[in-house]
Amino acid sequence: MLHTFVAYVEDKPGVLTRVASLFRRLNINIISLTVGHSERPGISRMTIVANAPDHANAEAGHRIRASLFKLEDVVEVDDIGKAPAVTRELALIKVAATAHTRSHIFELAEVFRARIVDLAPDSLMIEITGVESKIEGLIQVLNETEERVLEVCRSGKMTMRRGAHKSGVLRAMGVGTGEPQPEEPAFEHFADNI
Amino acid sequence: MSNIEKNDNAHLAEPITGPTRLTGAEILWATLVGEGVTVVFGYPGGAILPVYDALRKFPIHHILVRHEQGASHMADGYSRASGKVGVAIATSGPGATNLVTGIATAMLDSIPMVCITGQVSSKVLGSDAFQEVDITGITLPITKHNFLVNRPEDIAPAVRYAFQIAKSGRPGPVLVDITKDAQQQSALFDFAAAKPRPYAAHPMLSVQHDHLHEAAELIRNAKRPVILAGHGIMQSNAGEQVRSLAERMQIPVGTTLLGLGAFPASHLLNMGMMGMHGESWVNHAIQEADLLIACGMRFDDRVIGTPTTYSPNSKKIHIEVDPAEINKNIKADVALVGDLRQVLEQLLPLLPGRDGSAWLKTIADSKGSAAVLDITNLPDSGHLYAAHVMHDLWRITDGKAIIVTDVGQHQMWEAQYYRHDQPRTLITSGGLGTMGFALPAAIGAKVACPDKEVWVIAGDGGFQMTACELATIVQEKLDINVAIINNGFLGMVRQWQEFFYEKNYESTPLVSPDFVKLADAHGIPGAAVRDRGDLEAAVQSARAHKGPYLLNFLVEKEDSVYPMIPAGAALHEMIRRPGRNPLDEHPEDL
Repeated sequence: MLHTFVAYVEDKPGVLTRVASLFRRLNINIISLTVGHSERPGISRMTIVANAPDHANAEAGHRIRASLFKLEDVVEVDDIGKAPAVTRELALIKVAATAHTRSHIFELAEVFRARIVDLAPDSLMIEITGVESKIEGLIQVLNETEERVLEVCRSGKMTMRRGAHKSGVLRAMGVGTGEPQPEEPAFEHFADNI
Repeated sequence: MSNIEKNDNAHLAEPITGPTRLTGAEILWATLVGEGVTVVFGYPGGAILPVYDALRKFPIHHILVRHEQGASHMADGYSRASGKVGVAIATSGPGATNLVTGIATAMLDSIPMVCITGQVSSKVLGSDAFQEVDITGITLPITKHNFLVNRPEDIAPAVRYAFQIAKSGRPGPVLVDITKDAQQQSALFDFAAAKPRPYAAHPMLSVQHDHLHEAAELIRNAKRPVILAGHGIMQSNAGEQVRSLAERMQIPVGTTLLGLGAFPASHLLNMGMMGMHGESWVNHAIQEADLLIACGMRFDDRVIGTPTTYSPNSKKIHIEVDPAEINKNIKADVALVGDLRQVLEQLLPLLPGRDGSAWLKTIADSKGSAAVLDITNLPDSGHLYAAHVMHDLWRITDGKAIIVTDVGQHQMWEAQYYRHDQPRTLITSGGLGTMGFALPAAIGAKVACPDKEVWVIAGDGGFQMTACELATIVQEKLDINVAIINNGFLGMVRQWQEFFYEKNYESTPLVSPDFVKLADAHGIPGAAVRDRGDLEAAVQSARAHKGPYLLNFLVEKEDSVYPMIPAGAALHEMIRRPGRNPLDEHPEDL
């Protein structure tokens, strides 16, 4: 089962190791991990997508969150779960393409609202932003063309909770469950959620 | 003395109040003094030499160990006996790696401890310099936190923060690795300014009022409640509150291994130890309970058998300081996450009292047929059994000694036959099960409590893992009594081979030196005890002797610890002592 966490951590050497080591110890595979500066000085923001093995019990998400909290350098952890959130991933894809075959790739890129960011005599590079399925969709159709995909570089997921919307707005956007968001994140009622 | 007189910094023996310019090494000691440290356990070496050179200026007693593993176990034992933070010091490389077993031992049992290690100079960090090892990397999963410090001005804040982390929340070990150049360079030392930001309680630590009421309701309505008393009672100093809960609501108490002493063994409501080698009636009561109130314990696998068969019909209230423990092994119906003492202080006013006599009678009845402890079933052939030793030690010391055990059969017999009424009187490695723990941990305990009678109880196997620390006892002139339970086997492993590996005693028989001669070589008097009749006199002469004393108890070779729940079995599926229950044979006798 996939879990997505957003963690604010101190921007210090070794913090990434501590976070990564925690998942290693719990025998949980990290699917993607993105780190960068946050809005707070000296604090980095991580989006961690992890795959808890099937034998892990249903409370794995809470246990991971509690364990992350126990790390001294971790300031805050949010378990995104199914909460309304915006998730994006960036990918750079290099495709072998010559002057004769380029136009076909251009068409595909357009359909996916991707951009061509580099053009060389025998290759081109596509930049695409979106949710995981969109990026995978593009890679899949590229693989089905005559041209070879030379390189794929993906940023991993970045996630941010949506702001406080009226539930109707969320329904109209087709995201989330449409339920009103709890005022405080889940840890207020930790024991209720376990 | 002459050193101090010659030394320019003799004034450092007084507490330093204002900002002062000191070397990193001096800053370390001054910070330790400020944190209230009076004794450290350590071993010098190249990368920590500046620190050792500065020690003479400070009012801290350094105990030279014989192996750094001993230093970490001593700091651990010091902490367990006193509740204060123990400190161990080692050099870089092998000195630091030798601490590792002791650090892991403290981590698994949540013991507050600070380890200081020297590190190669920051200029050569990462170059595989002589005696360089990435000790912060190595200890990352077995410390609560660790620091690599390479500037003198960072030493005081790191060490003060280390003490705060070690003590706060769920306690644990913290390591501070200090490069040699940071020890040598100087910086402005300001103890007050180095204070860490105040400890902020875990964001997940919140006791909800409705949860308190829910818990109180469960307790009021329970027909067959049991309190599970764990190590957290000691850590949170909540013995009185747990006792009030048990007495007011008439709830029987079972304890974990590390919870022994947290609730008085002689108390009428104390059933005894639970788990793999716990009393049968305790495990039966837990299996039949309709409510478990877990106080500062973590449902370890040695306590629950298997999660699927554990106390199937009960609701569980889990009071625990570490949110990561909730629902880890056993699902809680009501989780009260927070400091045990504070939670109980909020919970107790909601509990007016209750008549628990029916359930207590049921337990007493089931105890009646099983409470004939193995000791009364042992054949009275004059042969010496380990259980005799434990029982007599308890009787002769009036249950008031600090007992420091190693790991294995003797550890379980101690838990069964030595009845602890006071907290911090049993010091034992529960979570990690570290053989070789007893002797060094006892040194730490004796240093922490010099007025208490301290006994080491160790097997012939475990004792030899750290027997070198006998020399430390002599050098420090410590009055520690050592009881070796010598059965010529790695006993607990042999027992498993007997039960589960068709008595294939592979690599468990062991040849040992003559322990009495070994003690004699250290200048420690001792005696071997073979017969049950000689037991009491031997214990009394050890107690009467001023200074260390060693007793080598040559006990029955192939005795086993009963009852026993095989690993992975349910609590009620226990192996009893075969064919030795006199109640089955002559019920009218008792």
